Amino acid sequence: MTTPSLYAAREPIFPRRVSGWFRRLKWWLMAATLGIYYLTPWIRWDRGPGLPDQAVLVDLAGRRFYFFWIEIWPHEFYFVAGLLIMAGLGLFLFTSALGRVWCGYACPQTVWTDLFILVERWIEGDRNARVRLHHAKWNARKWRLRITKWTVWMLIGLATGGAWVFYFTDAPTLLRNLLNLTAHPVAYVTIAILTLTTFVFGGFMREQVCIYMCPWPRIQAAMMDSDTITVAYREWRGEPRGKKRIEGAGDCIDCMACVNVCPMGIDIRDGQQMECITCALCIDACDDVMERIGRPRGLIDYLALSDEPAERAGEAPKPVWRHILRPRTVLYTAMWSAIGLGLLYALFIRSDIELTVSPVRNPTFVVQSDGAIRNIYDVRLRNKLGEARQFHLSLTSDAVLRIDLEGGDGQLNVDVPADATVLQRVYVTARPQDEAATAHRTDLRLWVEDVDSGERAGRETTFNGRVQ
Amino acid sequence: MSEKKVDETTGVETTGHSWDGIEELNNPLPRWWLWTLYATIIWGIGYTILFPAWPMISGATAGVLGYSTRAEVAARITEHQERNSALVEELISADLAALMPSNDLHRYGVARGRSVFQAQCSQCHGSGAAGAKGYPNLLDDDWLWGGDIENISLTVAHGVRNDTDPDARFSEMPAFAEILGDEEIESVVEYVVSLSAKDFDTALAASGQRVYAENCAACHGDDARGDRELGAPNLADAIWLYGGDRETLEETVRYSRYGVMPAWGQRLSDADVRAVSLYIHSLGGGE
Repeated sequence: MTTPSLYAAREPIFPRRVSGWFRRLKWWLMAATLGIYYLTPWIRWDRGPGLPDQAVLVDLAGRRFYFFWIEIWPHEFYFVAGLLIMAGLGLFLFTSALGRVWCGYACPQTVWTDLFILVERWIEGDRNARVRLHHAKWNARKWRLRITKWTVWMLIGLATGGAWVFYFTDAPTLLRNLLNLTAHPVAYVTIAILTLTTFVFGGFMREQVCIYMCPWPRIQAAMMDSDTITVAYREWRGEPRGKKRIEGAGDCIDCMACVNVCPMGIDIRDGQQMECITCALCIDACDDVMERIGRPRGLIDYLALSDEPAERAGEAPKPVWRHILRPRTVLYTAMWSAIGLGLLYALFIRSDIELTVSPVRNPTFVVQSDGAIRNIYDVRLRNKLGEARQFHLSLTSDAVLRIDLEGGDGQLNVDVPADATVLQRVYVTARPQDEAATAHRTDLRLWVEDVDSGERAGRETTFNGRVQ
Repeated sequence: MSEKKVDETTGVETTGHSWDGIEELNNPLPRWWLWTLYATIIWGIGYTILFPAWPMISGATAGVLGYSTRAEVAARITEHQERNSALVEELISADLAALMPSNDLHRYGVARGRSVFQAQCSQCHGSGAAGAKGYPNLLDDDWLWGGDIENISLTVAHGVRNDTDPDARFSEMPAFAEILGDEEIESVVEYVVSLSAKDFDTALAASGQRVYAENCAACHGDDARGDRELGAPNLADAIWLYGGDRETLEETVRYSRYGVMPAWGQRLSDADVRAVSLYIHSLGGGE
């Protein structure tokens, strides 16, 4: 028995090239996801003068989030929170129905690692060539191949980090500034960090990120059950493994194709494993072999573990829709849709005028020399349009109350610049002989009306009297 | 050390921990993971050498870079003051009464005045400036010494009835216990009550009116509407600095009141005095 080492070096993995249905799907998804990531900041969107022309922009300095025709203000951040909850529930839904599809197809770590392996194969050759190169001594050829590979990886990393910063400011301007070295240092630092992490994560750490760094695999395990359709090996059909001509052998000829193509370096025939990201490349590899040796496809396949006893007994498995349609997935779908509909509803009813009314509670009221009672309110007026507007303030109440504005000289109109918020102090007064002056609380509603368009919005608040 | 146990299936040594028969394998850590750990240790040692870190008896180690958050704050404050110096000059010389709320100088003055108020004035006048018994409410429309910015500024700079500033607002009400008899005091209190209340003793108030005319009208005025030159309160309105019930009024007449406010001009800069005046004026009671 040897004493275990304190640390273990990574076992290098050299995934072999594979072709098939899932591989093609992954190429398409890679093109789509990378395309969306790199191109989105360059979509232009005309919002009129003074506003950014970028379709998707996270304007941290201006505290706005622009998404095509939708403009999110800081107080509407619940939209973003809602979308994040939907993303979470969506992940729950997909995981409970189809296992770790996110990990296998859409996770940035998977997509970029896939791209890096593609580059590696172009430069150093397929699995066998790469294994040979790995064991070869460092000579001119090995240096040349390695430096070429690392350079291309670094360029991809640079493009990755570079694309990220374009989401936060006007992309063409930033690109110009980046090139003539006048951009903000934050941009360079962000690009540098993301370039390096992409280079290291995609080039060197790869499956280690999924195994040791990522919390999702552990969380996703809780989303799965025996009805989840996941990548698995039909043990009852494959075992015992052996050469094709051996009497009584299963379909698995132990060709190791499934192991050689696996980017996580595992053997799916050992059963469900934490490392498996369900990328399904082993399915492509095995189906290819099964076809060549004249056996039915699907020795390794997307299947639900609960079907195993039926299949072993030679019965038909449950239809796919019965695996997918179960209380768990229905519940996730219902929750996901409810939040989605709620957000859509909120999006369509929201107005271009908004106000918040904060009654000043320190003190709750002020007695005037004639005995009148005055309450003070801080009213925030938000003009979400791209042009300056004049708002008229008024109030309605069952009680007799008078409204005045600070600095208004009897005027009740406030000018609010385009796309801005104005804080306006509002005084509401009850004459001493009126009931509101002595009542504990009186309801009232403050109204804001666009002088030109007549559009208006209101907020409920209360008036505090001097209780005697 | 207990005997080492090895898991049969994997050939890996176990830690000896077992839960419900499930044993924990003592797998080695990934190498990069350990390197990261060592790197953070080295970084941590370097950090404590470069920056203030180790607590000693009278302070912490300074660090070879000489970095100090206090110095950084001081530098930021200086930078801030330099940036605002033009506004401060303007604040000292501008006609504050003519500034509109939308004006930049007005906003700067009010913001600066708010911090001055919270630090220096809120102890007596309250954080919302609503005052308390004996400490005037700065939000209403009643001003003992005048409520325009010039008058507020004068009151802030020199204070009220203090011995330290010859320009302080000054007035003194006599303690009438030594001058008037009990009945006269009772009647004059009834007269003052009658000015703003509905229920009062008509006969008593009528006799109090004579006492008032002889003793009080000189300062509070024939119609009891007070006099700002003397800081004499209006006795006919709804606002009472010490309270408007008979008992409180009797105490006031008998022993008088003597509220003191410090001369803030001695402690605050001109800019601060003007800023806090602007702030108080903007609260809603200013004239």
